[in-house]
Amino acid sequence: MRKHDVVIVGAGLAGLRAALELAGKVDVAVVSKVYPSRSHSGAAQGGVAAAMANESDDSPELHMYDTVKGSDYLGDQDAIEIMTHDAPITITEMEHLGCVFSRDAEGRIAQREFGGHSKPRACYAADRTGHAMLHTLYEQSFKYKKDITFYNEWYLLDLIYQDGSARGIVAMDMKTGDIEVIHAKAVLFGTGGYGRAYKITSNAFANTGDGIMAAYRAGLPLEDMEFVQFHPTGLYQQGILMSEAARGEGGYLLNGNMERFMERYAKSRMELAPRDIVSRAEQSEINEGRGAGPNKDYIYIDLRHLGREKILEKLPQIRQLAIDFLGVDCIDNPIPIQPTAHYSMGGIPASKDCEVYSDEKGTIVKGFYAAGECSCISVHGANRLGTNSLLDATVFGRRAGKSILNYLVGAKHEPVNEAEEKRKARKRIDDLLYTPSTESANNIRNELKEAMTTNVGVYRDKERLAAAHKKLKELQQRFTKVRVEDKGKVFNTEIIEALELANMLAYSELIIAGAEARTESRGAHARVDYPTRDDVNWMKHTMVSAGADGAIQLKYKPVVVTKHQPEERKY
Amino acid sequence: MAKTKFLVSRYDAARDTKPYLQEFRLEIPQGATLLDCINLIKWTQDGTLTYRMSCRSAICGSCSMKVNGHARLACKTQAADVVIDGAVTIEPMGNLPLIRDLAVDLEPFFDSIDRVKPYLVPDESRQWKREMLQSHDDYRKIEDASTCIMCASCWSDCNVLEVDPRFLGPAALAKAQRFVHDSRDSDTIGRIEFLSRVTGMWDCTHCAECATRCPTDAKPLFRIKELRTAAMTHKITNNNGARHVLAFRESVGGTVPGIGGGMLNENYIPVRSVGFFNLDGILSIIPVGVRMIIRGKNPPILPHIIDKFGEVRAMFRRFNDYRKEYRK
Ligand SMILES: Cc1cc2nc3c(=O)[nH]c(=O)nc-3n(C[C@H](O)[C@H](O)[C@H](O)COP(=O)(O)OP(=O)(O)OC[C@H]3O[C@@H](n4cnc5c(N)ncnc54)[C@H](O)[C@@H]3O)c2cc1C
Ligand code: SF4
Ligand code: SF4
Ligand code: FES
Repeated sequence: MRKHDVVIVGAGLAGLRAALELAGKVDVAVVSKVYPSRSHSGAAQGGVAAAMANESDDSPELHMYDTVKGSDYLGDQDAIEIMTHDAPITITEMEHLGCVFSRDAEGRIAQREFGGHSKPRACYAADRTGHAMLHTLYEQSFKYKKDITFYNEWYLLDLIYQDGSARGIVAMDMKTGDIEVIHAKAVLFGTGGYGRAYKITSNAFANTGDGIMAAYRAGLPLEDMEFVQFHPTGLYQQGILMSEAARGEGGYLLNGNMERFMERYAKSRMELAPRDIVSRAEQSEINEGRGAGPNKDYIYIDLRHLGREKILEKLPQIRQLAIDFLGVDCIDNPIPIQPTAHYSMGGIPASKDCEVYSDEKGTIVKGFYAAGECSCISVHGANRLGTNSLLDATVFGRRAGKSILNYLVGAKHEPVNEAEEKRKARKRIDDLLYTPSTESANNIRNELKEAMTTNVGVYRDKERLAAAHKKLKELQQRFTKVRVEDKGKVFNTEIIEALELANMLAYSELIIAGAEARTESRGAHARVDYPTRDDVNWMKHTMVSAGADGAIQLKYKPVVVTKHQPEERKY
Repeated sequence: MAKTKFLVSRYDAARDTKPYLQEFRLEIPQGATLLDCINLIKWTQDGTLTYRMSCRSAICGSCSMKVNGHARLACKTQAADVVIDGAVTIEPMGNLPLIRDLAVDLEPFFDSIDRVKPYLVPDESRQWKREMLQSHDDYRKIEDASTCIMCASCWSDCNVLEVDPRFLGPAALAKAQRFVHDSRDSDTIGRIEFLSRVTGMWDCTHCAECATRCPTDAKPLFRIKELRTAAMTHKITNNNGARHVLAFRESVGGTVPGIGGGMLNENYIPVRSVGFFNLDGILSIIPVGVRMIIRGKNPPILPHIIDKFGEVRAMFRRFNDYRKEYRK
């Protein structure tokens, strides 16, 4: 059994930032199923929000207001206040750590416009901001290599949670196939999002909600799972992201008739309205027959008027992506796009100090922390503003580190039953390997993604959700007979993919359950049959957990409102 | 549409003594990337096929593999573009120990990054309140190197690494350039000195494989050139590589009376490179001449007008370095 003071699962921005805070002070380990530099944070393009006020008279208070409004008033305002006030110092620190940011004329960090932000607030590194930030933290991990133990390409199987405290994790070393317990006084999850259950998605293959499902299987609740953000500009049929920076720099959205249709949906902010609004506008254009292309099923993003120079300087990566994946050069042609599943607002409920809650009443789990996209501290509420999640991951990664340091004073390793933990994990894998198998994982995965994109997408209603739910039950059933050919131990990616699929099948049902119950439209959750926001009945967070019989249980908890009372959201 | 032959390298230590090529047949779907095709093979034909991937948008650096003999990102490659006579050959990256099928052990690669102190060493007296300022021009000096995604494609195909596993390698040198030229870094000289040692920047033979294979703007060869220029600018020349360049410059530029002037005196350069008073060094280059004769590349006794000399130069210098290093 391996032993550390702290084990962090996830080496994205949240996990690495926390590790940095702890390095040298306590014995910290970082577990990641991919090499740290391959974490999905690296794919983030557009920017990271902070009221640096380099290009305007911005302030953390204004940032807070924009975020609360963007969240459709479901965000917890105390947490949002902390995030926006911590933002400038957190980004300044990142710069001091060496992050390569684009610069303005005075040599300060350059900032640009982003959807839903009323000031140019997005600090950026061309259109690879997440990459610049992730690699900065990864660089620092070399500096602290003696102080941080990395378990690269180790796959988290289970959280060890007993009698109100987290005591470590069970993980598989992918290179050897060995299952090991990592015993710790405190566990932090920074395991990222769960957007991979959709057919059209901007997410990496790795974003399969492993962390949140480990928490759920351990008996902990998840919050606001029904809120999945659809980004307005995914490459047609691929879902690969064309950053919002493309619109921040002045790009237009055009329908099949080459009209700037956003005029009809958000007259003042136009293309820079928040994502939920723009994605719905696009979907409406498509549904009403004004899409582009032979099947009228896509929209264009047009950058031609920005000119070659600006595109090459500010948006080089997205230009290259459109060339590589669709063969379209945006200097000469508009790019076909469609809404794409992008961000998971829901996740593991946690306090503003990243302590995980075990119920809707606010009971805190001892020694368990969550930060970044896997968490629901609820700074994004029902709809995240672009550039707020790199911020979320960095700010709360940092806070989690500090919070764990406080906790460790006087904390000890609570006992774990190593053999039993390993046996349970082993059994789950053996069940996949050795039960009579007839079903193809590929078919199940494809049908899942199809069902989620068609029926649990930008627009939802009772019938479609019910159909998806039924489909999910069928797929879960079929999964019990799934075929895994690879019985080898070394680098068995087939078994990993099967475990990931199991997670996707399980959390997709939680998304649907939350969405079926929520009979209103708020932020990213848009019900055609309940088209308005209902603050009287639904200004509350969904808490979903497994009941004693394993059945899904829904409970609710109030939203924290401090400074801003709900108003109608107009842009 | 006809099916394409995918010849995929397979290896499982539990079963195989060495890697072999297995043939799969697949109809390439319209617009599919190579990664899409490999996934289809794994998901519909053989679940045991092993490789890495994650972002599928050319940013995480997971999916580099040799395609028809050269490293590239499977997710950034349109499958149809790499089919030659109805077939495409897929093998693991080079210069790295094999784990299984297309998955290689990346530790040597990441260790190389570790060796160049890959983090900013800022001036301790700086003000913490605000960001450090950096001009747009200074930002541009480090932008290209900063786009590296650590895919190891360059490492896979580097010719020097094939013969000398101690070479820092292209990606680490590109990473180093990003700090050497970072206006916020305070360890410029220390870095250049370290990079000037044997196995460092002067060991690159300019074969340009790395720049050709690199899927981003990092293009190590160009970064290495920038490092060498920095070494010259900072007069960190007390090493074979730098001396070679000085000799070359003198020879070509004619700053030493009686030698060069648009001419290249190849008999002079190796001597100058190892240092006039370095007897050991001078003796050590004799076999280089012998080897060059064997390869039909012996320098003519009379200086000649420069044409293609990079390769010859590189051979000289590398051979020297080897001799010296191994004698220690
Ligand atoms: C294409 C794209 C563009 C984006 N652009 C922006 C942007 O411009 N601005 C912005 O603010 N946000 C953006 N986002 C969102 C933002 O990138 C993410 O929300 C954020 O980076 C999440 O960071 P994280 O640290 O929480 O998780 P991640 O970076 O996703 O890291 C998750 C980590 O958990 C590990 N992990 C997961 N499961 C396991 C397991 N089973 N075992 C072991 N380890 C595991 C992974 O290996 C990884 O290291 C974008 C997202 C996408 C998809
Ligand atoms: S140019 Fe230099 S570093 Fe690049 S592949 Fe060739 S020898 Fe290696
Ligand atoms: S320099 Fe280029 S080829 Fe080498 S690791 Fe970086 S991105 Fe890959
Ligand atoms: S899968 Fe990430 S670079 Fe190809």
